[in-house]
Amino acid sequence: MAVFEKPVEVLPEATVLFAGDSGDGMQLTGMQFARATALARNDLATLPDFPAEIRAPAGTTYGVSGYQLHFGSVPIRTPGDAVDMLVAMNPAALKVHLPRVRRGGTLLINVNAFDRRGLELARYETNPLEDGSLEGYQVIPIELTRLTRETLADSGLDKKEIDRCKNMFALGLVLWLYSRPLEPVEQWLAQKFASRPKIRDANLKVLHKGYHYGETHELFAVRYEVRPAHLEPGLYRAIRGVEALALGLIAASHQSGLPLFYGSYPITPASDLLHELSRHKNFGVMTFQAEDEIAAVGAALGASFGGALGVTATSGPGLSLKSETIGLAVMTELPLVVIDLQRGGPSTGLPTKTEQSDLLFALYGRHGEAPLPVLAASSPGDCFYAAYEACRIAVRYMTPVILLADGYLANGAEPWRVPDVASLPPFEVRFATEPNFHQNGEARFLPYRRDPETLARAWARPGTPGLEHRVGGLEKEDETGNVSYDPANHQRMVKLRAEKVARVAREIPPTEIFGDPEGDVLLIGWGSTRGAIEAAVEHLRDRGLRVGSIHLRYLNPLPPDLPEIFDRYHHLVVPELNNGQLVRVLRDAYLRPFVPLNKIQGLPFQAREIETFITELTQA
Amino acid sequence: MSDAKRPEENTPRGTRPVMPPGAKPAMPPKARPAMPPGAKPAMPPRARPAMPPGTSPTGDGKPRLTRKDFASDQDVRWCPGCGDYAILATVQRLLPDLGVPRENIVFISGIGCSSRFPYYMNTYGMHSIHGRAPAIATGLKASRPELDVWIITGDGDALSIGGNHLIHILRRNLNVQILLFNNQIYGLTKGQYSPTSEEGKVTKSSPYGSIDHPFNPVALALGADATFVARSMDRDTKHLQEMLRRAHDHRGAAFVEIYQNCNIFNDGAFFQFTERDTKPHRTLFLEHGKPLVFDEGRKGIRLDGLQPEVIDLTDDRWSVDDCLVYDETNRELAHLMARIFFHPELPQPFGVFYREKRPTYEDLLHHQIAEVTARKGKGDLQTLLRSGDTWVIEPEPAEVTP
Repeated sequence: MAVFEKPVEVLPEATVLFAGDSGDGMQLTGMQFARATALARNDLATLPDFPAEIRAPAGTTYGVSGYQLHFGSVPIRTPGDAVDMLVAMNPAALKVHLPRVRRGGTLLINVNAFDRRGLELARYETNPLEDGSLEGYQVIPIELTRLTRETLADSGLDKKEIDRCKNMFALGLVLWLYSRPLEPVEQWLAQKFASRPKIRDANLKVLHKGYHYGETHELFAVRYEVRPAHLEPGLYRAIRGVEALALGLIAASHQSGLPLFYGSYPITPASDLLHELSRHKNFGVMTFQAEDEIAAVGAALGASFGGALGVTATSGPGLSLKSETIGLAVMTELPLVVIDLQRGGPSTGLPTKTEQSDLLFALYGRHGEAPLPVLAASSPGDCFYAAYEACRIAVRYMTPVILLADGYLANGAEPWRVPDVASLPPFEVRFATEPNFHQNGEARFLPYRRDPETLARAWARPGTPGLEHRVGGLEKEDETGNVSYDPANHQRMVKLRAEKVARVAREIPPTEIFGDPEGDVLLIGWGSTRGAIEAAVEHLRDRGLRVGSIHLRYLNPLPPDLPEIFDRYHHLVVPELNNGQLVRVLRDAYLRPFVPLNKIQGLPFQAREIETFITELTQA
Repeated sequence: MSDAKRPEENTPRGTRPVMPPGAKPAMPPKARPAMPPGAKPAMPPRARPAMPPGTSPTGDGKPRLTRKDFASDQDVRWCPGCGDYAILATVQRLLPDLGVPRENIVFISGIGCSSRFPYYMNTYGMHSIHGRAPAIATGLKASRPELDVWIITGDGDALSIGGNHLIHILRRNLNVQILLFNNQIYGLTKGQYSPTSEEGKVTKSSPYGSIDHPFNPVALALGADATFVARSMDRDTKHLQEMLRRAHDHRGAAFVEIYQNCNIFNDGAFFQFTERDTKPHRTLFLEHGKPLVFDEGRKGIRLDGLQPEVIDLTDDRWSVDDCLVYDETNRELAHLMARIFFHPELPQPFGVFYREKRPTYEDLLHHQIAEVTARKGKGDLQTLLRSGDTWVIEPEPAEVTP
């Protein structure tokens, strides 16, 4: 098959976007291309883009489904700012995604879909293939539908089944264009359609047809190659953020010996975590689909009271509904992990779009003095470690913890080096089993006696004889946990609960700096913006600016070493996908002129947006 | 299911005069004050005949616990004369009899006067958030099925702010006891009408009379497919104890509505059912397999079609044989009885309205986990992390192994 007659151009990196109707199988096509790319040892990042509607009418712009993939021999940090090649299966896909294609980029277009009906559905008044609007792009018109039908004319499949195979033509062609092997897709097709040999053979035939089309057709003067990246050796798998969160929770349960109880109410995009966890019952995972958000977190807290690892996850409005119970967890000092997959707000906002606008709510969104640790995950794979750490902190300090992720992290995927279980941080749990207070020959259990190091109170599970006690939302007397209205006691308890959370800072590892350890600009980020920020830092350094970045895993408490890092830069810039939240927290904590860089469009940062901002800032 | 027909509407309106909070009730004088804790018990704890006194009913030879063992060291802070005292005492007397190790008992409450209950019990407990006790108890019971979980709630807690959780715990059928202290008023917030207050009720928040239609808690529980539904009252501790014992014996969510007098804000709300002068002819005690008779055997209930009607057993026309024989496993009968609700002519039913056997949520949950584990094998974390499409990056550039 390897007929390398045409010249091969070597690229350091490339971004491809497959787009078509919801029914065109674009997610599948994209995933198979990603898999072939991973097996070719490229670094990569992917971003699926589903329509918000469940079953949007075929051919319309709101029914367009896309899968973007950025891969390279260099480190890949984002799914790509600008698309090098768009595969558009219909006019709507072209209309929606053309703005993402770089000038001079390639448009691989299924021209058969550009009939009157298709153009009307996409609301094109004139045919973009004919009206000159695609000038400046390299247009490759292909009769995908016709070629697929021709290929399968004697396959015995009906027209509908035949048309469903046309994505394999596109896949075969793009695999040829980027010099990817066919074998991984062949193997996958053989497995997937093992019980339906007719369908399997049709797909294989069309896949090969697409591949050979590239080889033989004069439209393609050149093919590309992206060489293997320098990746840390090890076993890799592709992982989505939600999968990584689920695995992190299961790992925390496994390593701590605490059964995992996950309470959740369906909400976009957090529902996928419920789906994922409910598949793993053979790890003893208890999933509870509650009647509402409040019951979901309430049940998780009830399970924690019983000695389980109580976890809940939500998005947007769900976090508002959970805040009273999180306050109860602060008062009862029980471990509880609340994962917030942030989305555009306020109210219902932009349910399928990403945003970082819940930071202040996570930090302060409870009545009364109710501090708690807040953590954030920075990449799909990092969701694993962030979830594990959130559980560990919650149990070690007997506190609710909020873990912030977002829709972009949840749905995005990246190659993930599978960790050794033995390499995970230790996670020991000690339940109280004996009275912890002895006086005048009498032994008692004081539920609010604290560990002198962490200030965590004792955790006695119901069922432990002799340690019967009551917890609740009323203010607790120090040590005994009895209801107390004593003024001095209230002040002492507020301070104690705050100090306990502050002490988490003692185990925050030294902050790592990406790029220059001192210089003109320090970028301070958190959450899913890490890839874009670090890509921008690289590009800016290439242009001679001295730029570094730090990315905060711990948003409360903040790492203790930040001030001395801030001292080393002229400008302190805080890029966020919100209207300026971390920047307020930093100004409050450190009284320095932090500069906000905000994008609030429901979309992730592009590295070049950050680069432009920094360039203008340093030139001003 | 239509409401039992009666001359007026199907709400408690008009059953007793509306009065401002704190006014003297027009109902019969108090037969006896509500008891403070430690007052003479209305009933001795029922010892099981097979058990020698002083030993645990579990037969493990441990000293038998007493009521005192279940009282915490906290002062009980309900208003003197509150019906809650009698319920607390009844529960504390019953528990030693149930044979459950004290450390396995957990009381979960919401917010309200009744929800202070867990603080007074020397067991595990949580005084949680307004309305959310069923949600918290669900997580606890689902993850720790061996615990004996009691939910303490009130009419505002369970039926207003927590209505959603109540119906869902009932349909899921967790094996818990739900004690709803119904006093038809918000006590802790000092006297607003509640979701069980009768229409027209004058309170601080309804000076011209409440325009809210009240819930019928027993009918609501039946509507939510509860597997055990009973009603009792604070002033009949013998009956109350029996209902609580049966609720505990039931495997599933056991809902017990307890009429509880709030002597400060709603004194006498249930006196027609609880006081000596009116109780016999205003109440009907449902007993499984027995004919429905009341008023010390002078009256009975028969069905005229689907319509319950009172029959006089003292003349020759009717006899006990004409009375409806109650079957607490009959859902239709339960609905008929539940719909006799502050009826001016029919007596108010008390007792077990309904029970059925249905698998509990926690049993199903753990059964499913066991089944999946048996099928897929106990999960291995390292294998799970390595699952899916994997590939190896070798230290030196080399062939890729999928």
